[in-house]
Amino acid sequence: MPNVSMTVNGRNVSGEIEGRTLLSEFIRDTLQLTGTHVGCDTSQCGACVVHADGRAVKSCTMFAWEAEGADIVSIEGMANADGSLGVIQQAFQDNHGLQCGFCTPGMVMSAAALLQDNPDPSEAEIRDYLEGNICRCTGYHNIVKAIQAAAGSLRAAA
Amino acid sequence: MPKDFGIGASTKRREDARFLTGNGQYTDDINIHGQAYAHFLRSQVAHGKISAVNVEAAAAMPGVIRIFTGADFEGVGGLPCGWQVTDRHGEPMKEPGHPVLAQGKVRHVGDPIAAVVAESAAEARDAAEAIEVEIEELPAVIDMKAAVEGGPLVHDDIGSNLCYDWGFIEDNRDEVDAAIRDAHHVTTLELTNNRLVPNAMEPRVAVGDYNAANDESTLYTTSQNPHVIRLLMGAFVLAVPEHKLRVVAPDVGGGFGSKIFHYAEEAFCTLAARQLRRAVKWTASRSEAFVTDAHGRDHVTRIELALDDGGHFVAIRTSTLANLGAYLSTFAPSIPTWLHGTLMAGNYRTPLIYVNVRAVFTNTVPVDAYRGAGRPEATFQLERVIDKAARELGIDPIEIRRRNFIAAEDFPYATPVALEYDTGNYHATMDRLEEIADLQGFEARAETSQAKGKLRGLGVNCYIEACGIAPSNLVGQLGARAGLYESATVRVNATGSVTVMTGSHSHGQGHETTFPQVVADMLGIEEGQVNILHGDTANTPMGMGTYGSRSIAVGGAAMVRATEKIISKAKKIAAHLMEASAEDIEFSEGAFKVAGTDKQVAWGDVCLAAYVPHNYPLAELEPGLEETAFYDPANFTFPAGAYACEVELDPETGKVDVCSFAAADDFGNIINPMIVDGQVHGGIAQGVGQALLENAVYDSDGQLLSGSYMDYAMPRADDVPSFTVDHSCQTPCTHNPLGVKGCGEAGAIGSPPAVVNAVVDALSRGGYEVAHIDMPLSPSRVWQAMNA
Repeated sequence: MPNVSMTVNGRNVSGEIEGRTLLSEFIRDTLQLTGTHVGCDTSQCGACVVHADGRAVKSCTMFAWEAEGADIVSIEGMANADGSLGVIQQAFQDNHGLQCGFCTPGMVMSAAALLQDNPDPSEAEIRDYLEGNICRCTGYHNIVKAIQAAAGSLRAAA
Repeated sequence: MPKDFGIGASTKRREDARFLTGNGQYTDDINIHGQAYAHFLRSQVAHGKISAVNVEAAAAMPGVIRIFTGADFEGVGGLPCGWQVTDRHGEPMKEPGHPVLAQGKVRHVGDPIAAVVAESAAEARDAAEAIEVEIEELPAVIDMKAAVEGGPLVHDDIGSNLCYDWGFIEDNRDEVDAAIRDAHHVTTLELTNNRLVPNAMEPRVAVGDYNAANDESTLYTTSQNPHVIRLLMGAFVLAVPEHKLRVVAPDVGGGFGSKIFHYAEEAFCTLAARQLRRAVKWTASRSEAFVTDAHGRDHVTRIELALDDGGHFVAIRTSTLANLGAYLSTFAPSIPTWLHGTLMAGNYRTPLIYVNVRAVFTNTVPVDAYRGAGRPEATFQLERVIDKAARELGIDPIEIRRRNFIAAEDFPYATPVALEYDTGNYHATMDRLEEIADLQGFEARAETSQAKGKLRGLGVNCYIEACGIAPSNLVGQLGARAGLYESATVRVNATGSVTVMTGSHSHGQGHETTFPQVVADMLGIEEGQVNILHGDTANTPMGMGTYGSRSIAVGGAAMVRATEKIISKAKKIAAHLMEASAEDIEFSEGAFKVAGTDKQVAWGDVCLAAYVPHNYPLAELEPGLEETAFYDPANFTFPAGAYACEVELDPETGKVDVCSFAAADDFGNIINPMIVDGQVHGGIAQGVGQALLENAVYDSDGQLLSGSYMDYAMPRADDVPSFTVDHSCQTPCTHNPLGVKGCGEAGAIGSPPAVVNAVVDALSRGGYEVAHIDMPLSPSRVWQAMNA
């Protein structure tokens, strides 16, 4: 079986894969980073979103070999260095932006990518951006609030 | 002033820390050393006779450990049904078998025919494709009407597709018929409550494990009620006694009802692990979830509402066909009956009601409870027919509701459909709704919409639900084959911290935060000193789990009762320490005081004395401080509320946008307002989804056409607005110690009629006389209704 190497959350990793191994499978099964979730098989739900070279991608939509040499960040890489919640994570907790927690990693990763591109998104822009992340619990209300709050905190800190 | 601690405080959720960092442990995150992987070969046809299953080539594929077929499960029990409904002639419902793996026949697309266990998930999947199955396809019956009118039989052995013909209350039938015949006005509505797929974001997973050294099985599963699964699977399917069977439901990614039921894959993985002497794991794909998770709703109803010349309701008569799918799922028979018919009084003084439900087998996925379960079906038809009646009689839709409300002074109120509502104030919630939804400003907003070429509509409705699903003696009379109490063990540790073991299960509801709020408040200690264990039959008392908005009302009450026992015993210990009489001990803010003196001992001193009983009344009192309570309430709880939806409709395309949604709920007392808000938000989004987007559609051959997120329209962030929710109207429940009513399902129950009422209103304002459109109100359906 071929070998693949990449950086995940700042750590160099490598592992044996099959040609058909998805990036999400590599992250979950090989690296045992189970924070990245798989909620569908049609690239719709967004629970598996990670960052690849700074871009939000659905890790179920990439083969592991496509991430050769890439810099991957998953939900496990989003906390502060001291282990405390990062700004976006904290905003999700403060605003009750999660319930069952299953879609949450993908939501946080998508929110982080959105705020990188657009530090001051309107409610409509947030809702539009989250089109690829499905949440069944929250009705999105508090997710939107959380992202607005995080945007405010990040702008204040910038 | 909002509270910052204990009952009534919006304490931030402690479980979030693990979910936000990727440290949650969902069932698919569990991997057991040496585990094998299962993959199910499922029927691709809706109905057929299995003439041959040839596994020879598949068994020789790489990595294959063993292939199981229906033959391996002869002698193993079928999946049991937990509720027996008696029909209107006094006969028990028809109860066909439900094998773990199909035996002889397949009855819906997705029915499991064989299961491959292999070294890897990919090898199991590959081998399943190599299994040769010969199926003699039979005509499928999908349409309910066809099913009861001589269509092909789903189960040959019961001779009919009718599971039961239920009449409620049968003795009232003639009187209701007469009242409708003689009424001043009768409004009739025929409608469909569309079939939904619950779609918890975490697909189902089962991991069976077996320890041969002590003959113990463990099942890790995505369940809302691990004790129920242990009882059903152990006693009825596998014949493994409870003390040899442990069921663990760790972090569970949403349920909405679909994870109440005992599923074939759970029994399969447990049995396969026992036979293979190694763990067996199965993870559903979303495509598999669509054709195996129990679906929800799927009723076709004709409702008649009779009114007098003053617009007062005099009688309701309904006739419903309810789809059960191909097999009886665990609680399926109860949903269209006891959780539906009993709610037909709604918030109103209708003196005469008769409900008829014919439940039907079809070649579709089994149908069972989905958020609200029966109550949304009742609310939708009632609130739609009321709206139609208001239009027909020229009465304002809010006024007609107010005219018929059960008045605040009428509680407790006995309905003609067997329930006794303990408390409520429907005018108060409607008053609140009118404020928070700014209904006075609607006409101005409608004009603004009109200026943009859009039609704006306002939909208002009420709902009531029966929650806190219990009491055991009542549900037993109604056919439940289980008790519906809840349990809690409160273990006070030697240094004063507390561990609560609850039979309730949290899969998004935040119990790990709210339950400690209650106990900490009662004991006067910090919330952080209280921890919750749930989801593991090995360390929690037998409990019935979480559904029907029952956790705080029933599970919370059990916890209160156990904590009261703790306080009672602790007072005796404190009395001994202070050489006083236990009757003179007062407990508040974490200290035991002798009344009328300045003597006191702290909580921590009493806890330590209980476990280091050097100075302790050992002759009268056992050491230790741990109590268990089982709580079985006297009645259901009855949350109620009033909802308003405003839509904008594009007359060019028929597309409906929800502009605003307001909910005024009465949940009685509230433990954590932030979490209650979140529950209502989520429920509303699911209800808006049902009303505008979601639909599980079968073609006439029984193929599920909406079998993925490409075809089944889940509500996305840009499909819903932000919501206005309010629960300041509080009429506390009178029969549980917290005065709570439950809030989990309200949003999903109350919102679909508001959306449809709003669309009909928008059309009417645009000059389109459309009496009703069936959900989901997709652009094409709305456009067709406008252009009919």
